[in-house]
Amino acid sequence: MTVADVLLLALGAVAVGSGALVVTSSHLVRSGLYLVVSLGAIAGLYLVLGAELVAWVQILVYVGAVVVLLLFAVMLTRAPIGPSPDLDRPALPAALIGGGIGIGLAVLFADAFRWVRHPYPEPATAERVGEQIFGAWVLPFEVISILLLSALVGAIVLSRPDIGARAATEGD
Amino acid sequence: MHVVIPYVVAALLFGLGVYGVLRRRNAVLVLMAVELMLNAVNLILVTADVSLRSALTGVAVESWARPAAAAPGTGGVLALFVIVLAAAEVGVGLAIILQYYRMRKAVVVDDVRLDRDEDTDEERVAG
Repeated sequence: MTVADVLLLALGAVAVGSGALVVTSSHLVRSGLYLVVSLGAIAGLYLVLGAELVAWVQILVYVGAVVVLLLFAVMLTRAPIGPSPDLDRPALPAALIGGGIGIGLAVLFADAFRWVRHPYPEPATAERVGEQIFGAWVLPFEVISILLLSALVGAIVLSRPDIGARAATEGD
Repeated sequence: MHVVIPYVVAALLFGLGVYGVLRRRNAVLVLMAVELMLNAVNLILVTADVSLRSALTGVAVESWARPAAAAPGTGGVLALFVIVLAAAEVGVGLAIILQYYRMRKAVVVDDVRLDRDEDTDEERVAG
């Protein structure tokens, strides 16, 4: 057990614990806030694993943007402030499938990687990741920019009901 | 460091995400559970960058198992791509949820009618 192992264990426990609260809490807003804790702990795991840039992008994009979007959606759909009793389906099938997948994958990984010590990686700084993205991965990078643009246009078209309605009447 | 710890954490997070998607009835909470699953995949990619790189040290550079792109940091690059995909997914998903809420005043996944019902649709939109 080195310092890195202790950090990995602690951050992993925080991530899994708050992740469990995300999927079990009966308050909508609280589940969003527990999601912040879980994503922050995962960003800490990235830091320990040496992926600095991914950790900061995780904080910026996930904690900064995605969770804020989700909380906006919670407010715009007039979610109640207190606990909502009708949030969940019966637990048994979901617990069977989710627990089976989670524990099965965990056993698989534990059997595949055992308790083997791996050397520390050199930290993947922004410089190195930039060389990677604009060297070997430049084509996927361009494709993903087109995908982001189309997702943006799609979200705008979806949230403007007049555009869809006009197209429908013209089609008829 | 022992890479089995982040691998097991990622597996448990993925299981929690599956549980949340199956259990929750509110569409926004389903999206949150999907985010948990995507984060588990990202964690596996970043961890594989650490563990598999050291496993590939003996492999010749030209061989099939070690293409030129498998330089240090590849897992992080793929994780960045997945983060971008997740942002696009959550944007479009929330647009769909908000549009549905505007039409039906509900975000319960169970009540979404998958068969097309023209009369009620036009009624609700007009009303």
